Amino acid sequence: MTSSVDAHRLRELLAAGAQLVEVLPEAEFHEEHIPGAINIPLKQLDASTAQLLDPARAVVVYCWDGL
Amino acid sequence: MSPRAACRLEALGFTEVYDYVTGKADWLARAWPTDSDEPRPRRAADLLRHDVATADLHERIADVLPRVHASPYGFALVTSRGGVLLGRLRRATLDGEPAATAEQVMEPGPSTIRPDTEPAALARRMRERKLTTAVVTDPDGVLLGIVTLADLDQREP
Repeated sequence: MTSSVDAHRLRELLAAGAQLVEVLPEAEFHEEHIPGAINIPLKQLDASTAQLLDPARAVVVYCWDGL
Repeated sequence: MSPRAACRLEALGFTEVYDYVTGKADWLARAWPTDSDEPRPRRAADLLRHDVATADLHERIADVLPRVHASPYGFALVTSRGGVLLGRLRRATLDGEPAATAEQVMEPGPSTIRPDTEPAALARRMRERKLTTAVVTDPDGVLLGIVTLADLDQREP
């Protein structure tokens, strides 16, 4: 079950080594993103692109505002 | 979008997945740093002034007044110990109230903007409402500073 986190908890998770993934389209990622994030657009999120992530570590995903 | 991404990652076998639901909009509204491969859009945060006078909720007006008189803005902002904006003290209402506390004479709940507000739109709104300053807070209500119409006009002709 996914846990929702706020900005303060996000910072704690990142400090503890979590991976951060922006799932918005590539253009929006290049325009501006949270430092340390990688971009895997939702439309491209599959078993292949997920290999960019370490399954043994926490992953935090974000978009613009959850919608 | 991010809830679907989180669900997809779990289906792919990831066991520790979190969703920062309020996302990039929330991050920008805190004026926290970002990375960009392109010129970043201008925001109110770029014009933020941090020299506004502040007061504690229980501080006596006699102690606050010198700071208000010295302030170029003619007011002080009342904050909690954690920096959350609670009210505004206007210079004109403070004279003659030296024994009162900030809590007793403040105007509670002043209007605020977020630091990611677009400067030209902000200048228009301020002009329409005949405002010369806008108070900037983050999504938790923490005071970040103020933006002046003069700065907006100078930087965004």
